[in-house]
Amino acid sequence: MSGFLQIQAIKKRWGHNVTIGPISLDIARGEILALLGPSGSGKTTMLRLLAGFEAADGGRIAVANEDVTVVPPARRRFGMVFQHYALFPHLDVGGNVGFGLPRSPDRDAKIAAALALVDLAGYERRKVHELSGGQQQRVALARALAPEPRVLLLDEPLSNLDPALRERTRRELREVIKRAGGGITTVFVTHEQEEAFELGDRIAVINQGRLEQVGPPDELYEHPANLFVATFVGRANVFRGKAAQALGTNGKGVLVVRPERMRFAGAGLPGIVRERRYIGAAAFFVVEGDDQTRFEVLAEPDAAKVGERVYVEATRVIVL
Amino acid sequence: MIRRLRRSEIAALALTLLLGWLVIYPILVVAGDAAHPSALRDFFTRPGERAALWASVWISLVSVILAAAIGIPLAFLFEWFDFPGRKTLGALIALPVVLPPLVGVIAFLFLYGESGFVARAIQALLHLENAPWRLQGPVAILLVHAYSMYVYFYLFTRAGLAKLDLSMLEAAQALGANARATLWRVIVPLLRPSLVGAAMLTFMTALGSFSAPYIFGGGFRVMTTQIVATKLNGDLPLAMVETVALALVAVAGLIILRRTEGDDILVALGKGIAPRPRPIRRASVRWLAAVAGWGLAVLLLLPHLTLALVSLVPYGAWTTEVLPPVINFDNYRRLFSEAERLRPMWNSLWMASVSTAVAVVIALAAGWLVVRKRVALRGVIESLLALPWALPGTVFAIALAITFSVHAPLQLRFVLVGTAIILPLAYLVRALPLTGRGVLAAYRQLDPSLEEAAASLGAGRWRTLMRVTMPQLRPGLAAGASLAFVAALGDIVASIVLYTYETRPVSIEILSSLRLAETGVAAAFGVVIMIVSAIVLGVGARR
Repeated sequence: MSGFLQIQAIKKRWGHNVTIGPISLDIARGEILALLGPSGSGKTTMLRLLAGFEAADGGRIAVANEDVTVVPPARRRFGMVFQHYALFPHLDVGGNVGFGLPRSPDRDAKIAAALALVDLAGYERRKVHELSGGQQQRVALARALAPEPRVLLLDEPLSNLDPALRERTRRELREVIKRAGGGITTVFVTHEQEEAFELGDRIAVINQGRLEQVGPPDELYEHPANLFVATFVGRANVFRGKAAQALGTNGKGVLVVRPERMRFAGAGLPGIVRERRYIGAAAFFVVEGDDQTRFEVLAEPDAAKVGERVYVEATRVIVL
Repeated sequence: MIRRLRRSEIAALALTLLLGWLVIYPILVVAGDAAHPSALRDFFTRPGERAALWASVWISLVSVILAAAIGIPLAFLFEWFDFPGRKTLGALIALPVVLPPLVGVIAFLFLYGESGFVARAIQALLHLENAPWRLQGPVAILLVHAYSMYVYFYLFTRAGLAKLDLSMLEAAQALGANARATLWRVIVPLLRPSLVGAAMLTFMTALGSFSAPYIFGGGFRVMTTQIVATKLNGDLPLAMVETVALALVAVAGLIILRRTEGDDILVALGKGIAPRPRPIRRASVRWLAAVAGWGLAVLLLLPHLTLALVSLVPYGAWTTEVLPPVINFDNYRRLFSEAERLRPMWNSLWMASVSTAVAVVIALAAGWLVVRKRVALRGVIESLLALPWALPGTVFAIALAITFSVHAPLQLRFVLVGTAIILPLAYLVRALPLTGRGVLAAYRQLDPSLEEAAASLGAGRWRTLMRVTMPQLRPGLAAGASLAFVAALGDIVASIVLYTYETRPVSIEILSSLRLAETGVAAAFGVVIMIVSAIVLGVGARR
């Protein structure tokens, strides 16, 4: 597959020992790719390299087979939504959305269309500081989309919203992106797994400047390429040696089991329930094994009691 | 509770009356007396009057343009480009703003004046008969203004640039704006409040500027020098009309500039990261930036170095030579050994100290009443504190001279002119906006829960004030107080109208030394003021 947006062995050095890349990624036209990683992993640098705010020390970036590696940001035709939106305080909503549009007779119509797309029709004359956080985020999105960019870049697009709003906005955001111009190629940065899963078609997990794995959400969850991906994406219990054997493997390598893939049984891995965290439909049970390691089991709320001696078995395991 | 509230309201009323008596009342007296038919006729018929008024306006406007032309590029150079020595030089070139104008003016005179250093050098170099130029008239005034007032634009623009959100610039680029479009469509609009603030400050300073036109004006009069000349000629009614005219121009200028400021709220919405200074990659550009930075800094600081040099030349020793033939500490020895020369020094020091101390007490009371007690009169108190800033110093000098030369206790007018009280009183009026702004700003930043926390820990009022409130207010208080002290120390505007021989301050002594061609002594006084100012401001700026 040759992607619409191609990242080939891109590299960036910070100081002596901090290096990002080389990272290669192919992103299809209309695809939404999440860059997921802990803070300091280099995901934001990756996004800024794509936008052109940082110059790469090696490698190549191409859009539709056009090399843009050294093209300045102003001529890349990439739209960007900033973490804190970076709305111009001296312009009203219409002025912000129209900033990237050339003077033309249909300029106002384009501004109106961009605002309608984010459900803010008629907000042109509003001052940006009068808007709520969610509205500001949508104005920032409309501003980035108005010039019909080839690629849309989002830097932690939802991190500035409160949790309740975040969940709803996530779905709306995906809908808008898929609707804009028949689906715009998008790369966004996040450190939240849920956000990456719900918003992204594929997810690239980045850690310490290296690309750990790329794939659709379920592939990352069910078939993580390594221990980092397994533990960073979703909850994971890690077993080694005897404990791993008790769960039915040969004891070589590392065994990863998701909490919901474990259940209490008559035999298996023994342990004592130390803690119970009730979350409504189910409960997390923190079990301490005989080798003092702790692991989590997701089960019916009344499946076990604190202090009880239990046996645990795994319904599905990931062997690394 | 009700009784406490009433007590603070009574205190607020007392403070309002005191400030009104100090700040508004003299102006009203002058405005009332100025409605004198023959004086008004004089003012409108004599061509010199209108010429001086017009000169004040255009000199101020051109000063704004020149100061902007120097200060803004300088700010960009020092804020955005990194070169060796950037930090030190960046701080040094902000220096002229804090030194008394008179010091800058005589320093300029010794460097660029017709018998100054540069003129002598060129004369010797080209073997000229006479000095190559005469530094006089509007051009000289504008040069001095540009030279001393660029700092407002430099400081305001740098502060604005430092607050600029880097992601704003990146957002503009991502939307297809090139460097020029980014400058005009994003940077300049975001800097507008800073630029308008600097323009306002420059305009007001230039309009009220006295020492530059007094020393370099020659036959060219602006309103401030015209007023003082009229007053010295004894034509009080005309001086009053002139004073009112100057005050009206100042108020009109303020209103126009405020209008252009608009009502936009230019706060960044999210937290932003300021752009870092860019290390320059290309060696040639790097050198150019360093040379430009160093060159400009030396050029801007040269007058003060010259002042130091002149202060070391004994009386009559330097006649036609390019470099002074003799250098010693004679002038300083005379300064500190002759009682008649030491007196102005003491006068200035005690008068500046007293006026600053009173201004600090008033500012503290105002801060407590306005911010903490939120008294009904808080808007009035704040306006009264700020008012002396909005009007040229000459206006207040004349107003005080007229109001307090009459004995009429029922009108709250007393004969203070000619006593030791009048000058500290005049300095106090000028100090109020400086200490007031510093204390009010500090009070507003003070979290009220700190005082509540102290109270909940069992601290009484006095202990809370001394251990919690004052330490928190200290930086703002010290900054305002040190500026007020330095302004009083170098004041000439009020001094020249109100001094007596017994209470003459340093500035007057500098002028009379210049008149007697005792340049060395004048320079030595200037250096002493400069050093004291620098020490006071250094202490005041410590965090």
